[in-house]
Amino acid sequence: MKKEMVEKIKNDPNYQELISKRSKFAITLTIIMLVVYFAFILVIAFDPALFGTPLSSDSVTTLGIPVGIGVIVFAFILTGIYTKRANSEFDDLNNKIKDSIKDL
Amino acid sequence: MINRIFLFLILGAVAVLGAGAIEGEAVKQALNIPAIVMFVIFVGATLGITYWAAKRTKSAKDFYTAGGGITGFQNGMAIAGDYMSAASFLGISGLVYLNGYDGLIYSIGFLVGWPIILFMIAEPLRNLGKYTFADVASYRLRQTPIRILAASGSIATVILYLIAQMVGSGKLIQLLFGLQYEVAVIIVGVLMILYVTFGGMLATTWVQIIKAFLLLSGATFMAVAVMAHYNFNFGELFAHATELKGIEIMSPGGLVSDPISAISLAVALIFGVAGLPHILMRFFTVSDAKEARKSVFYATGFIGYFYFLTFIIGFGAIVMVFQNPQYLDVAKQAISGGAPILGGNNMAAIHLSHAVGGDFFLGFISAVAFATILAVVSGLTLAGASAISHDLYASVIKKGQVDSITEMKVSKVATVGLGIVAIIMGIAFEQQNIAFVVGLAFAIAASANFPILFLSMYWRGLTTRGAVIGGSLGLGTAVLLVILGPIVWVDILGNAEAIFPYKYPALFSVIVAFVGTYIFSITDKSQGAKDEAEAFEAQYIRAQTGIGAEGASEH
Repeated sequence: MKKEMVEKIKNDPNYQELISKRSKFAITLTIIMLVVYFAFILVIAFDPALFGTPLSSDSVTTLGIPVGIGVIVFAFILTGIYTKRANSEFDDLNNKIKDSIKDL
Repeated sequence: MINRIFLFLILGAVAVLGAGAIEGEAVKQALNIPAIVMFVIFVGATLGITYWAAKRTKSAKDFYTAGGGITGFQNGMAIAGDYMSAASFLGISGLVYLNGYDGLIYSIGFLVGWPIILFMIAEPLRNLGKYTFADVASYRLRQTPIRILAASGSIATVILYLIAQMVGSGKLIQLLFGLQYEVAVIIVGVLMILYVTFGGMLATTWVQIIKAFLLLSGATFMAVAVMAHYNFNFGELFAHATELKGIEIMSPGGLVSDPISAISLAVALIFGVAGLPHILMRFFTVSDAKEARKSVFYATGFIGYFYFLTFIIGFGAIVMVFQNPQYLDVAKQAISGGAPILGGNNMAAIHLSHAVGGDFFLGFISAVAFATILAVVSGLTLAGASAISHDLYASVIKKGQVDSITEMKVSKVATVGLGIVAIIMGIAFEQQNIAFVVGLAFAIAASANFPILFLSMYWRGLTTRGAVIGGSLGLGTAVLLVILGPIVWVDILGNAEAIFPYKYPALFSVIVAFVGTYIFSITDKSQGAKDEAEAFEAQYIRAQTGIGAEGASEH
């Protein structure tokens, strides 16, 4: 990549907006995923009985089952949320950046 | 000419299988005709695909990345296929069968790495790389040392993984088809060499997609058949299972014993996935970052769904296999008090397939398990071969001065070499305790490959010196701690107590890698280090926007 192109893109407000929005979004989602997963693991490590609590007095299904399945579904939903926003909003910004350097 | 070779090879495969089946009778295995017929159909179809792919594989780009024209959905399916190995299908359902809830904990750990890969790795990887993840790590660093480091990490991961797959496949096929162990290992090795050398990434991807489809269909059928018995009510299924095995199967058990082990395992799984070369390589098969994101979205969906199915299948095995004398080793009952399942706990899903679908469906699932092994070892071998040809031969030895055709030839030779190594290792390790190898593969991927890849994408201050020393320290620490840990030091070497008390070293080795890389980068005051920091800006722009990235090939 040529130096003038680097300078031009770096100073492009669309680029700055893309980087700041996407970084924030990606980091937030990463932290959410890690917090959910490590909370799940630490409950198992420190208080396994909590996930062994039956959902109701006449049921053998424990709290851990919906929570565990929930973590799987949650992980999938997060990938969906990121992909949707990145493939629309972020890609639109990205296309504007690409258009702006066509002549270089 | 290629036609003839193929006809010959297909006939050869059929002949070998036929002969093996007869030998199988001799070792008193039931002759599994439906399984063999279905497997031969699968092999025939995939060799047909390989023939089709061979005609389209003309350049190194075709060979390594299927021309870059795979769609996000197809790639998602192929990634899921790489991840849904026979070990995870049989192992996790077996773990649920044995311990109930603990199996679910394990599978969740394998899944949560995927969203992180999407948010942090997928896009820059696609935008910066060409054929291997070393392309990304060495983008602005010195080629020779970084390529050697990345290739060592890749090849170590691939060979360890291959050993585990080959030994597992030999034993599984011996059990399912009644083939001799060595024959099974040789069939897997030879078919894998054929797929990869002739069909490259295009054939490997389609074999993986077909197998993922078959595996998901078969597992869905099993789960639905189990649930149909219980009016699709989980409460009834769990109630029946706890009557047989006790209420403890519904709660976390002994799998995660202490917080350090739990966190260390989590680190190995999350960062390890993001450092597996055969998974990373898949991101270069799609046309752009958009398709790369879609790949992860679909892959996470398929993998999550698959783990959900294995959970039902494990419980299904508890209610349908656990007390059915047909599937139990009754001879052993007198000694241990309870009858173990025939072939061990990992056979739970296989026996369940017979319980819900009879001989025919057992044959189908057995054939799918065989196909799964083939597809996974093909992907691994291709990743290993590209590290040898693209990173070591083309970039280190030839300094990039090599044409695409020669590079492709070298990777084909490397494929044959790796295939032979895999066969020899598979046979050599038959009687060995290989419980540590997959853990070690993940630990190396997490401690050597991932930190360098991640820091090269995001940290301006990374220098060649920091990456080489930090990555090597991570690699060395992972290997050393596995050797000193309970599995190798106590179980294999027979010492009384482990020097390093934890089974999973990743927490420690990943920290060593990051800290080592940091220290040896910031203390690097050379001119080279300054140039590398200066080159970061342009690299970051390409990583974020895809401007200048590799596109799909024209045809």
